[in-house]
Amino acid sequence: MPASRLRDWLLLGPGLLWLALFLVIPCAIVFCFSFFERGVYGGIDYIFTFENFQRAIDPLYLSIFLKSAKIAGTATLVALFLAYPAAYAISKAPPNRQTALLVLAMLPFWSNYLIRTYAWIVLLNREGLINTGLRDLGWIAEPLPLLYNEFAIITGLVYNYLPFVILAVYSSISRLNPEILEASEDLGAPSWKTFLRVTLPLTMPGVAAGSVFIFVLSIGNFITPDLLGGGNLLMVGNIIYDQFLTARDWPFGATLSFILIGIMMALLFTQAILVRRAQGDAPEKEEANA
Amino acid sequence: MSTLKRFAAACLVGTAAIAVSVTTAQAEEKIVISNWDGYMPADMLEKFTAETGIVAEMAVHATNEEIMGKVVAGKGKGYDVLFVSSPFVEALNHLGLVAELDHSKIPNMANLYPQAMELEYDPGLKVSVPYAWGTTGLCYREDLVSPAPTSWMDLLEPKADLKGKITMLSTDRWLMAAAFLAQGKSVNSTDEADLEAAKDLLIAAKKNLLSYDDTTFYSKLVSGEASMVHAWDGWCNYGIGENAAIKYVIPKEGSDLWVDTMVVTAASENKDAAFKFLDFVLKAENGAWVPANILYKVPNKAAMEALDPALVTQFPNLGITPDELLSQEQLRDLGAGQKAFSKTVTEILASN
Repeated sequence: MPASRLRDWLLLGPGLLWLALFLVIPCAIVFCFSFFERGVYGGIDYIFTFENFQRAIDPLYLSIFLKSAKIAGTATLVALFLAYPAAYAISKAPPNRQTALLVLAMLPFWSNYLIRTYAWIVLLNREGLINTGLRDLGWIAEPLPLLYNEFAIITGLVYNYLPFVILAVYSSISRLNPEILEASEDLGAPSWKTFLRVTLPLTMPGVAAGSVFIFVLSIGNFITPDLLGGGNLLMVGNIIYDQFLTARDWPFGATLSFILIGIMMALLFTQAILVRRAQGDAPEKEEANA
Repeated sequence: MSTLKRFAAACLVGTAAIAVSVTTAQAEEKIVISNWDGYMPADMLEKFTAETGIVAEMAVHATNEEIMGKVVAGKGKGYDVLFVSSPFVEALNHLGLVAELDHSKIPNMANLYPQAMELEYDPGLKVSVPYAWGTTGLCYREDLVSPAPTSWMDLLEPKADLKGKITMLSTDRWLMAAAFLAQGKSVNSTDEADLEAAKDLLIAAKKNLLSYDDTTFYSKLVSGEASMVHAWDGWCNYGIGENAAIKYVIPKEGSDLWVDTMVVTAASENKDAAFKFLDFVLKAENGAWVPANILYKVPNKAAMEALDPALVTQFPNLGITPDELLSQEQLRDLGAGQKAFSKTVTEILASN
């Protein structure tokens, strides 16, 4: 029906325009810049070259990509282990309490990212609350190296992005059709088996969405490695930042950004396939009702 | 190949369209100044407007790199006066983004030390006016470091009791300068062998660091988290102000001389008003605000001579003379050497 199609386009229009203006065009510019040369004094010389990509495949940058992926991957795993039980518990709470619990999970977002990150410095530093607390209790003689290392970065990333993961997993669990779980029990499966064979596979879309979310946000992050890592570890976000600002080498920064965008697109694509497969295997509640 | 050319052309047209669409400033008696936050008196612009009738608007940048990015992307449009550090003056000048100064419209340049006219990055101050200057050295807790440090090697190869209690600046130029100076090289070197040697030294030094820190190092000294930090003299003073046991020393191998300057953009449509602003800043009483309040030295002779001697006693590095400053090597733009230089810095920062 043409009328409804027109309505669809009108509804989609603002969102599409937004995406085109602020996502597609900037990405296209980044892509273009990655084929030009840095001017001798910064800026861009519009000379076509593949040099930036040749520089980017240097083992140095590859190792930084891998290191970033490792840190982001660890943060993702830790976040999942924390978020899944939390989301499960929230979804099993009485409905009137669920909203309150979700608000509590999201509460940290009410304060600024930088302030939340600085708070960790106050907690973790050598003279910080945790170290002085443990020392006063007599449990440690020397302060623990809690800050300015990989542990601190992962802690910061998990803390900052955990609410997203909880939300994603929660939305998946709460959409589960209870009849499927009942069926599993009726057929004699113990509850742990129901969880492993039914609940977990059916909530994989939420797990995948949450994982991709935290992974993508973590791998490109440069503030947390800077503040909590004390610059001791370099992540890909830091080198992109440094290329654009400190080195004033926009073309090379653009190249590194584009490679990062490529990795993220591949991940989102994988997640989309996972979701489709899960929905194909067993329709979720809405679709079943539809 | 023709597809490549067509692709390049499409990209060119696209980026050019964006560059053109940047709004042009209106020509009225109004100037826009971009400075670091808190780097000049809060009422400076108000006073300037009261005296000259020119409206002045303040923009803030956190780093040289940030304002460079904005100015290079927008060709300086929308800004009249910029506060940037010396190597960036050189780059902006080469990019044609700064205006030549008309000294006849800035009579207060007579307040500057004669030495300030001989700065290598801009001899005769054709395109920039120095605002503040200083050195980079070691800032340490006298009560925690003994004997007192005298060399860059005390930072780069610390004694056992200082390991893990040291921070270094991670901003590329100063990070490398520490090693270059220790090894008797130019702070502006991009020579492959020099880069390699500096890299080895800095990677080894990294193992003994608490962290890299370009912004809060003095508070780490005050809290006792760090015992010795790589610091700019003016920032070390913030630590000294909170704990008198904090001292500053220029290592025996020397320091760099950094200069924060004011430039007028080539795109400014109100250059005469911008020159008036530079002239206003160079007044003795306005220059004197800097050492008295933010504890940086200024190249303004009239202002430094009016400084309360008690401040120099409390913050001895305020007493470093212009001759001592000029004897340090000045940071210059690295030009074509920047790529190799920044790769070396990445290798150091990424090392384990």
